[in-house]
This record gives sequence, C-alpha cells and structure tokens, in this order.
Amino acid sequence: MQKTYYDPADLKKFGKISEWNEELGAKFFDYYGKVFEEGALTEREKSLIALAVSHTIQCPYCIDAYTGDGLQRGITKEEMMEALHVAAAIRGGASLVHGVQMMNKVNKLDQ
Amino acid sequence: MLKSLHKRKSDLANTKRQLEILSNGIFKSGDLPTFKEKISESGHNLKAKKLEILQINVGYMCNQTCSHCHVDAGPDRKEIMTKETMQQCLDVIKNTEAHTLDLTGGAPEMNPHFRWFVEEASKVGIKDFIVRSNLTIMLANKKYHDLPEFFKKHNVHVVSSMPHWTQGKTDKQRGDGVFNKSIEALKMLNAVGYGMPDSNLRLDLVYNPSGAFLPANQAAMEKDFKKALLDEFGIQFHNLFAITNLPISRFLDFLIASENYEDYMYSLVEAYNPAAVANVMCTNTLSVSWDGYLYDCDFNQMLELPVNSKAKHISDYNEALLEGRDIVISQHCYGCTAGAGSSCQGTVA
Repeated sequence: MQKTYYDPADLKKFGKISEWNEELGAKFFDYYGKVFEEGALTEREKSLIALAVSHTIQCPYCIDAYTGDGLQRGITKEEMMEALHVAAAIRGGASLVHGVQMMNKVNKLDQ
Repeated sequence: MLKSLHKRKSDLANTKRQLEILSNGIFKSGDLPTFKEKISESGHNLKAKKLEILQINVGYMCNQTCSHCHVDAGPDRKEIMTKETMQQCLDVIKNTEAHTLDLTGGAPEMNPHFRWFVEEASKVGIKDFIVRSNLTIMLANKKYHDLPEFFKKHNVHVVSSMPHWTQGKTDKQRGDGVFNKSIEALKMLNAVGYGMPDSNLRLDLVYNPSGAFLPANQAAMEKDFKKALLDEFGIQFHNLFAITNLPISRFLDFLIASENYEDYMYSLVEAYNPAAVANVMCTNTLSVSWDGYLYDCDFNQMLELPVNSKAKHISDYNEALLEGRDIVISQHCYGCTAGAGSSCQGTVA
C-alpha cells in the first residue's frame, strides 16, 4: 500500500485518465481547455476563480496547479489570499446561514 | 545588497560546476532526455544561419544584484570591455548585414567608453540599435541623469527589465528600492518621448518570472502590465518581452537552494515546443563577451561555452567560418524552447 493517498507526481499523470475511456476523457479535456480560454472573463480572472474553488473543494492537485498558474500570470499573493477569503467566507457563510433553520426549529419547539 | 556568486566564492561561480549539475542527476539517470536527445527526436539540428543580431556584453559591472541574474553581475564585478575591443566590434558592425545591435551587461552604461561606443555605433546606420538598461542606473548618479536624452539623440531602442507592476515582486527579485526608481526612470523616458503610442523612440519591457515558474502568455501579460502601469503611474511602453529564466548562475543557485531544481527542469522539458526550436535566437545571433570572445548566446557566454568555430574572437570575425557552425548546447537550452519559446526579444513560437 502506498504511504499517502496523494502523490504530487500524480498530477502530471492526469492526462492518463483518458487511457481507460478515450472518448469521455477527450471530451472532458476539450471542455476543460475551452472553459479556461479568454471569454467574457480573462484567463487571469478564471485562474483566480479556479484557485478559490480548489480550496473550497480542498483538492491538493488543484491548489498546486492553480497556485503555479497564478504565479505565471503575475497574480500577486495578496490577490490569491483575497480570493481564498472569498471562498472561505462563502464556505463559512454556508454553514452559518443554516443557523436560521436551527433558530426556526428552536422557536417552533421551545415554549 | 546581495553579493555575486563570485564575491561569495560560491561553488557555482565555477561554470564547470554548473555544467556538471546540468549534465548529471536526472539527465544522467535517463529520467529526462538531454537537450541533444530531445531535439534529435523532433528532427532538429541547430546550426548557425546568417548573422542578424550582434549582441555585445560590454561588462559585468552593475549597480544592482538581481536574484535571478544569469550574468552574476553586480557592483563587485570588474570585467569591463576596453575601448580597443569596442573598436574591433565596430569594425565588424560596419562590415556585416546584421540588422540588430544589442548592447547588454551588467549595466552597459557603467562602461567608461559606453557613450563613445554608442555615438560611433549609431553612425553605422544599423536598423535596430538596442541598449538593455536596468532603469535604476539613470538615477544612480548625477552623471547618468541625462541618459534618456542621450538615448533619444542616438535613436537607441531601450529595453528594460520589469518583473512586475507591483513593488513587492519587483524588489524581491531586483533589490530594495528598485521598483520606485524604475518607475521614476520610466517616467523620465516617457517625458522625452520614449514608449509613447505613436513615438518611434522604442521602449520595451522585459518580464522574467520572479520564481521557479515559467512565464505565462506574453500578450496577456503585456495587457496586464500596460493597464497597471498606465492606471497606477501614467507610464506607457511599447511591447513586453516574456523571457524564461534559464537554469544557470544565480537562478540555478536559487533553484538548488529552494529545492526547486528538479521540478523546474521537469517543467522545462514537459513544455518543450518543437516549433520554438526552429526560431531559437542562437541560430541568428552572435554574443560577444567583454573580452571579445564569441559565443552562440549570452547564456553560453556565462557558461563559458565558446562558439564551435575557428573564429573565436571578434578580432578573428569571419562570416564564412561562423555561418553553418554547430550551436553549442546543454540542458539550459530547454529554457529557450519551453512553451512559446524564449529569446532576448521575447517569445519565438
């Protein structure tokens, strides 16, 4: 059994996913490439969104990939950290907003 | 201020040591193909074509000690081109059809014969006359304050390094206070007409990544640089050249010290682009060192890898002997073929 569940070297093997299903793999990577092309949003903006989402889904491969991608694009560490706080705020807010449900229940049940 | 590898008596001040590192380890074990193997796979064989760009390094002395410098330049470097060698360069410039003359250093302006050389070279009527200025030299001493006017008078094309539009990233790579001085110098250049949209006074910036990563798309970076410098400081320039850091000298020292060397070499090899090989600068460039010796590029000069030709010195310059020579290569050459490629004029593919 391998020592850790995540191996940084596996990120480089991502493309090999297609080997076991070429059609779906190709469709996925075509889609993936298209998503990150400049459109209404710049490639730089998309990179920051990807970095924030990477942290939300806690994907170590994605965090490595989009930290490097951000540095290449000249994104500063201040911009990266602000993007992360947006992700953290939404994630924290998502827990906290359920507090309304808790309050509703308490108000209904409590005498 | 950071000291040069030479001053620190670092192992890497010895170019043989650098070449050993680049040839052993992951390349010797076969984990990665050597550059020679890689270009053979894609059917390439690098040979010099007709000379188009003559790049002259007029000395390694510099007022800055940038952390990524491939020259290992700094105030403690004393290698300076003599007037006699400059005259030998001028004799060659007059007799070649090269369209570009490219002066570099160090800070070329610190050579005591710099102004004489620019005045003489500008009379030859070369199409594109580049001086690679680090910007801060213009503020380093009163005697340099008129450089923008001097450049303008001789229609020099100014190419300057600027790793980022923020102070933090720039000062980290180029030294404390460099960002603010660079901004001031760019304003001085703009004030005499350099970099303005319709101006013939060319001002281009060079972007080197400030760490162990490759540059992103040159056009996208240029857009970001232009917006940030104009919005924040009212500065304009023409083009941005994105240049990959080659794993030699102080950048190699950083890669090894930060344990990024192997990953960086993997990144360069993975990003190998056969389309970039066809246009690498070494095939149409000749690099002259401060003491007049000839190299295929400035990087080979810093690794002390001379041209593979009987004509080894500018005083022996012979077009027939130099054209068609085999380019001298090692693993650092992957830096020029990664992604969109890299040269002193930016991307090549």
